[in-house]
Amino acid sequence: MGFIIGLVWFVVVIAIAMAAGLLFRFLMVQICPKGIAKEMRTAPMTASFGMLMILIYIIVAVFAPLIAPFSETEIVGREYDAWNNVNLLGTDNLGRDMLSRLIYAARNTVGIAFIITALAFFLGSILGLLAAIVGGWVDQALSRTVDVLMAIPSLIFAMLLLTIFGTSVVSMIIVIALIDSTRVFRLARSVAMNIVVMDYVEAAKLRGEGLWRLITREILPNAMAPLVAEFGLRFCFVFLMISALSFLGLGMQPPTADWGSMVKDNATLITFGDITPLLPAGAIALLTVSVNFVVDWQLHRASGLKEQ
Amino acid sequence: MSHIWMMIAQRLALGLVTLLVVSLIIFLGTELLPGDFAQEILGQAATPETVAALREQLGLNDPMHIRYVGWLTDVLRGDLGESLANGQSVADLIGRRLGNTLSLALYAAAIAVPLSLSLGILAALFRNSFFDRVANASALTSISFPEFFVAYILIFWLAGAGGPFPSMANFRGDPSLGDFLYRTFLPALTLTLVVTAHMMRMTRAAIINLLASPYIEMARLKGMKPMRVIIRHALPNALAPIINVVALNLAYLITGVVVVEVVFVYPGLGQLMVDSVSARDMPVVQGISLVFAAAFVLLNLTADVLATLSNPRLIHRR
Repeated sequence: MGFIIGLVWFVVVIAIAMAAGLLFRFLMVQICPKGIAKEMRTAPMTASFGMLMILIYIIVAVFAPLIAPFSETEIVGREYDAWNNVNLLGTDNLGRDMLSRLIYAARNTVGIAFIITALAFFLGSILGLLAAIVGGWVDQALSRTVDVLMAIPSLIFAMLLLTIFGTSVVSMIIVIALIDSTRVFRLARSVAMNIVVMDYVEAAKLRGEGLWRLITREILPNAMAPLVAEFGLRFCFVFLMISALSFLGLGMQPPTADWGSMVKDNATLITFGDITPLLPAGAIALLTVSVNFVVDWQLHRASGLKEQ
Repeated sequence: MSHIWMMIAQRLALGLVTLLVVSLIIFLGTELLPGDFAQEILGQAATPETVAALREQLGLNDPMHIRYVGWLTDVLRGDLGESLANGQSVADLIGRRLGNTLSLALYAAAIAVPLSLSLGILAALFRNSFFDRVANASALTSISFPEFFVAYILIFWLAGAGGPFPSMANFRGDPSLGDFLYRTFLPALTLTLVVTAHMMRMTRAAIINLLASPYIEMARLKGMKPMRVIIRHALPNALAPIINVVALNLAYLITGVVVVEVVFVYPGLGQLMVDSVSARDMPVVQGISLVFAAAFVLLNLTADVLATLSNPRLIHRR
């Protein structure tokens, strides 16, 4: 019986999501200037739903203090209170308001994931482009180093490094950015390799353009499309990784609100049939799904789709 | 035939070199540890004399390369040092749990690999149908889910509140095979769900890539049934990428196991690793990282070799 009710709920939620996606696409087509509106019209339902969700997450993250009814760390009631009129989603294991912490966590978790991805991209793509342009022993040294670093599973490597530097937000940011930049390096190098051999780059070199100008003006604009798609995917991986680390108690430290550790702290409720602890986990899942949907659409467009 | 062995030997040698460098990185962990390793072991109350004595005893005063060689020979002999937290031998600690982790990963792989391969073949067969679209969307969704979300949903549905399965995979002693399979069903199912999607998608893509080639067209024009075309003609040529993605996902299982073990309180290596990282118990963390990294490197190596062997053009090259 419970299974059937679950199934009905599932179908209803999917239907609402599809409707929301369609509505959002319709609105965007109306509002946006012509060029963007034309692109928006080609977006499949999944992608428009994804964009709507990402927009909502950004709004929640930016305006967290205005939206949340209570502060992030304030104790407002008994532990594990059920859902009620004051604390809409009940309270957590220390008696803090669940809804407020969910909202603040959007800011903390998404913000940090974004910072890490940006750092990894900055480092990885600069080094990757450098390796492709300069070549020779610089390329060899960088590539072999990255090969070895990628031979260690990333979660294990992150845990090893966190043991060394201690578990704190700053060390987590640096460690994960370093590990992920190796993946970005691989992509940036292989993309740039195909561009570097082109005639116009040769011409630019002969013109006497410097290394920095060569990277930023000649190579980067042509390598941008795959890198942007990769940015979305990388963000998902980073986001899942910091959630996993926080869930394991090795990422963000209390009392900072964070989705991964919120699941961990309130997990006991699940065995009693209370779904509250699933909400933060669901928040993580929903954002990664949304980003993936949008990236999938963009990749689809960029590749011109050769699948029959 | 001899050059294929040459190639395999080359790959093995490369794998060994990788492992060596990985061990060096893991060894450097103790070097980078802020503060004094001996001080760390003895705690705050230690006098300078005892610290100095311990440094001498552990050989911390030797230059780094000598200590690395010493450490490496110890590791090769199976001696991984002692835990800082309780003084037990790290090799014993790992040995007791390694079997548990491996059997959980194997259990998950035994479900996931056949399942995802057949789903992938079906999706390629019925491409662009409703089944294919549902399979694709759910694959994309399940890739985006954190492991613990999947795990807790399963607990919520299938354990707790009168569900048929236990929410904790905690067992003592030696359970019978049936009991083991029953108790670890939920963790294994979680891992299966996490890796199946990716393998399925890649299997589908590898087969579909081939479907446009002339020899498939020929087979079709001969009047062969679509299923037979895929199984007999497309699949053998798609094996290399499929083997690669299976190995990649098995390697992923090894790390995914960490989170799942914590959720289900399963007495495996991942649990031990998490506990040791929060306690900053360096020798244990080093030992486990070494085990995980070795498994990772070995799996990738096996995939390389198998993918080569599955390609007749590489075996019978002149």
